[in-house]
Amino acid sequence: MAKEAKLEHMETPAQLEEFYRQMLFIRRFEEKCNVAYRLGKIGGYMHTYVGMEATAVGFNAALRRGWDYVITAYRDHPQPLLMGSDPVAVMAEIMGRSGGLSRGKGGSMHVYDIERGFFGGWGIVGGHIPLGGGLAFGAKYKGEDRVTVCYLGDGAANQGVVFETLNMAALWDLPIIFAIENNEFAMGTRLEYHAADTQLYKRGEPFGIKSERIDGMDVLEVLKDASRIVDYVRKEQKPYVVEIMNYRFNGHGAADNDRQLYRTKEEEEIHAKRDPIIRLETLMLERNIMTREKMEAIDEELTDQVEAIYEKADASPFPEAHEVYDNVYTDLEPEKGH
Amino acid sequence: MSATVELSYRDALSKAMAEELDRDENVLIMGEDIGRYQGTFRVTQGMFDKYGPRRIVDTPITEAGFTGIAIGAAMVGLRPIVEMMTMSFSILALDQIINHAAKVHYMTGGQASVPLVIRGPGGAAKQLSAQHTHCLEGWYAHVPGLKVVAPATAADAYGMLKTAVRDNNPVIFTENPGLYTVKGLVPDDLDFTVPFGKAQILKEGKDLSLIGYSRMTQVNLAAAEALAKDGIDVEVVDVRSLAPLDSETLEASLRKTHRGMVVYEDWKFGGFGAELAARLSESCFDDLDAPITRVGGLNVPTPYARNLELECIPDVDDVVAAVRAMG
Ligand SMILES: Cc1ncc(C[n+]2csc(CCOP(=O)(O)OP(=O)(O)O)c2C)c(N)n1
Ligand SMILES: [Mg+2]
Repeated sequence: MAKEAKLEHMETPAQLEEFYRQMLFIRRFEEKCNVAYRLGKIGGYMHTYVGMEATAVGFNAALRRGWDYVITAYRDHPQPLLMGSDPVAVMAEIMGRSGGLSRGKGGSMHVYDIERGFFGGWGIVGGHIPLGGGLAFGAKYKGEDRVTVCYLGDGAANQGVVFETLNMAALWDLPIIFAIENNEFAMGTRLEYHAADTQLYKRGEPFGIKSERIDGMDVLEVLKDASRIVDYVRKEQKPYVVEIMNYRFNGHGAADNDRQLYRTKEEEEIHAKRDPIIRLETLMLERNIMTREKMEAIDEELTDQVEAIYEKADASPFPEAHEVYDNVYTDLEPEKGH
Repeated sequence: MSATVELSYRDALSKAMAEELDRDENVLIMGEDIGRYQGTFRVTQGMFDKYGPRRIVDTPITEAGFTGIAIGAAMVGLRPIVEMMTMSFSILALDQIINHAAKVHYMTGGQASVPLVIRGPGGAAKQLSAQHTHCLEGWYAHVPGLKVVAPATAADAYGMLKTAVRDNNPVIFTENPGLYTVKGLVPDDLDFTVPFGKAQILKEGKDLSLIGYSRMTQVNLAAAEALAKDGIDVEVVDVRSLAPLDSETLEASLRKTHRGMVVYEDWKFGGFGAELAARLSESCFDDLDAPITRVGGLNVPTPYARNLELECIPDVDDVVAAVRAMG
């Protein structure tokens, strides 16, 4: 089949190495964030993407860089890293420094790189979903063939605005992918305890939106499915719901220090076997694409790279006190003083 | 000065929107029943036929959803005007307005902006009862990142709506059902705009400053006329723009009259009039001969029975009585 041939083309050694590097980079970046958080270098709420890397990496590869739009919730570090943002500016933002993408105004939950099509970075569960609809609405209005990927969690899938947006996306044929990242937990609440029907992809069906569930722990599967879905949305100018089954290995956020409250060690061990990075390593070893030594060398290289990124971000000063008044409005300053 | 035409407040709004639609391809209007049905208060009458469904978007009844879509679209360069069938329904979109629209420019460190207008009638119409009668401008003015305006005249409705559409920030544009039929002279000029952050003196006086916005400015004008018969020379100050606020004009008026009263239709307790009274008391304390007083809406859900409803809303008699009570 022609489709298969195209796929094999995507699975070149160079492509696999690229995926490996991207996933491992995110993993090491997030681990560094965890360390920095414990050191008090990062504050507030911080949510890492450890375990879920294949989803963002696979989807990102299916998008047109600098053209398509991406929007997500607060678990947002990997997106700008994949979309070409300066990783030092991402880390500096997470650390609340002036060198951050938003000069420290957003923080971990609110990373944005608008120029690159990354629209954040939102903290109200479900709140960004109509915004995603608006990005797609804007693209369609202007006659541009951009695709918007709107990520949301399994927990977010219960919010009212999700259904409102699904309806309008279908009603107005908006070119948007609702990518539900089902990592089986909304904070400490397991899927079965928060969703009447745990097959979340079905939420598109009442609106006549094409919907399906895919495996989010295998980067090649994600790429394959994402490419097909992105092509469909771009060509047909219609929305799509895809439920991506993945799993987070860390706690919900840096402040979640007792995962035993909602899941067992045994369960975590079973899911650890689905680790997307190990999965790709196994495949590359089987196909003789990369040796274990090379993998270790790459890991070392990326670990050093992340270290250097962190050092540079840490060297960036905190914003100046007067900046607190900047960017409240585009054209005027708010009243000053208490 | 260009020529003027006499228009109702409603027609002034309509004219402003049509001209902005003509001027800028990225301007569009969204809302419930604004297109085929011609708008609940007929502000968008005729527009669907003229501009079609791409520019005049009939939405489902999902205030949070379509407001969010408008915000997202604004982030990529469209300039949506969202009509709230009544401002009461904007309560359903509060999360989108307060926690999204108002935060975008700040949280992105200036990378993105939200050129969005949310407009619609706020305040009492006639016997719409408790759930359809709200003055929410004080809530919105409380939120950094939003601009909030409340024009009282047809000319300001026209000029301020144009300014709102051209503004790169989210603007809450509150109308009042009681103002739609009020007529006034409007400059016949495509580029007539009224800047935000400028209050205006609608009637000069020396004894007391009556400060208000939206329909209460019309009430204040009538009260001033009534009080003139008693020899009380009232200055009528129209705030127009709540955020940004033109404190200077308000203060200058108080420094002249030495007495002030703030009149607002919203619930008196904790409303925007309280903010005005507090800040003017601080800044003008030495110039005042009496505390700044307030006349506000009764602190009750607005009832249905017409006599009770009227009881709730400050009217000319209430203002006149309150002024007399100041001695
Ligand atoms: C409106 C709202 N309610 C509650 C919260 C607190 N909260 C933050 S994340 C979260 C769980 C969301 O889970 P899910 O959507 O599955 O995303 P995940 O964290 O798994 O990526 C909750 C309850 C919030 N931020 N916003
Ligand atoms: Mg989840």
